[in-house]
Amino acid sequence: MSSENEKDEQSSDTAATSSEDAGSLSKDETKKFYEEKGIDFSPDSPVRPKPIPPFEKSISDKIASKFGSKVNVDYVRASRIRVSTKKEDILDVAFFIRDELGYDHAESVAGVDYPDSKEIEVVYHLGSYTDDKLATQILTLATRVPREEIPNPGKDSTRMTSLREVFYSVEFHERECFEMFGVYFEGHPDNRRLLLPEDWADIPPFRKDFKIKGR
Amino acid sequence: MTTPLPPGIQLEKVDDRIMTLNVGPQHPGSGHMRLIIKVDGDYIVSCDPDPGYVHRGEEKMAEYRNYIQNIPHLERPVIHDSCNVLYPYCLAVEELLGIEVPERAKYIRVIASELNRCIYTLYWLAIYGIFLGHSTMFMWPAGDRELFIDLLEAMSGARVTHAYLVPGGVRNDLPANFEERCLRQVDYFEKRLKEYQAIFYKNPLLISRTEGTGILSRTDAIRLGTTGSVLRASGVDFDLRKKEPYDVYENLDFQTVVMKEGDSYARSYIPYLEMFESCRIIRDAIRKMPKSGSVRTKLKPNPKGGNDEVYKRVESGRGSLGYYIVSNNRPEPYRVKISVGSFRNLICMPYLLKGELLGNMPSVYWGLNYWPVEADR
Repeated sequence: MSSENEKDEQSSDTAATSSEDAGSLSKDETKKFYEEKGIDFSPDSPVRPKPIPPFEKSISDKIASKFGSKVNVDYVRASRIRVSTKKEDILDVAFFIRDELGYDHAESVAGVDYPDSKEIEVVYHLGSYTDDKLATQILTLATRVPREEIPNPGKDSTRMTSLREVFYSVEFHERECFEMFGVYFEGHPDNRRLLLPEDWADIPPFRKDFKIKGR
Repeated sequence: MTTPLPPGIQLEKVDDRIMTLNVGPQHPGSGHMRLIIKVDGDYIVSCDPDPGYVHRGEEKMAEYRNYIQNIPHLERPVIHDSCNVLYPYCLAVEELLGIEVPERAKYIRVIASELNRCIYTLYWLAIYGIFLGHSTMFMWPAGDRELFIDLLEAMSGARVTHAYLVPGGVRNDLPANFEERCLRQVDYFEKRLKEYQAIFYKNPLLISRTEGTGILSRTDAIRLGTTGSVLRASGVDFDLRKKEPYDVYENLDFQTVVMKEGDSYARSYIPYLEMFESCRIIRDAIRKMPKSGSVRTKLKPNPKGGNDEVYKRVESGRGSLGYYIVSNNRPEPYRVKISVGSFRNLICMPYLLKGELLGNMPSVYWGLNYWPVEADR
């Protein structure tokens, strides 16, 4: 961890000092200091045992029984299901989700860059307006595409099939994902820049190796 | 059989009739976005929206700051709807960190976000008025907006950028006598709101420009994934405050406003009717709110999110607003994706403007409840 990151962490507004900043205080004294201020000092990442909701389970079971080992159900929570698949199978899975399960639009398409595993994850958040039972549900459909060290957007192996013919609403979201992460969507009719300037000559800016100046 | 043309004279080709117009990005009405419009005479042949002039990289900036430092800059995309913009962020961070919000704070959040929804809608309505050359309709909402700005200033200390909602509750408790003052202003505002009917919504100027223009059918509205007032104007009964109630919305008494016309008039009318519902929600929330108690759960210093991800959404002034946060055991989020209503409604613009009169472009464009800065993030 660089020293700059440490500086960021210390300027949290909830506490006057963070544990590293306390300096002369010992660990027990620091703990006492926080307890007097009424701040919880229990460990991070709370364990939240939650029962698996039956309705969401039934949806994920349908996908799992149809595609078997092709899909992986990552989690099933209240109103949220996450399914990941290989990029070759995503079109079949998407058609099944639309036609058989009743999801009819995409809320967002998010890219997530994982430079360590040399992959970029593309995450579709799907919802439904027509089926009232699915109104609270968001189905997260994720897939991973290979990531190249020196990107060449549109011409390298960072590409996958576009879901535009399944969910029409992904059109602008996929364009944004293309310019921000360099993921080329095959079959998308309009793979142009959307938000970035036409003369942008740097790497796709939302990749982790694109650094903001001064940070 | 055509007679040969005299030398030097050419017949007009179809392409010669088409003229390309750049609407924006410096147009005072369009906001900071450009529409590349091709016209044939007075009719629009095609429209290509070109956003991105106010892209600030909010999502990238969020990866460099911890969960608390992210609060003030994430409301910047829509500063006149700042409580609703921060709401899903707070919900998402609370789920990531496992924080419970005190009951009183939940009600205060609802009041703040409904007041802010009115501020946003009045601003939107003011611009709608000036778009159609109706300057009284610019002055009235801009003046009435001050009522709510004063209330939120009393609550949070800031007039526009409040940063009032924080993960764990709200930043501070309500000031003394806030409830009476709020109810008085809401009562006055409802009387005032009825006068908008006569001057704007029954005005032949508005009706001639909006009725029957830019019709979006129910099927198309669903297929294009529109949201908010655009969706409800096309007859889809979908409001997240009803369908996926967050905080205390399920205890409150209000209705969803739906119209079936799908034209510009319906899209301009729904936000107006929703302001009445906002007033109802505020009144009901003040009645049901616990009169005392904590308003903020204190976070641990420098909270870390665990290896998890979360997607939370609320109904903002422009429709569903979702935050997708991926965390990797660090005080900063690994990735923040903001799914905003403006960006989702943008896809309608080429469809609605095709074949429309150029003079109807402002009303179709602004009826989509589009805020350029939010769409660019």
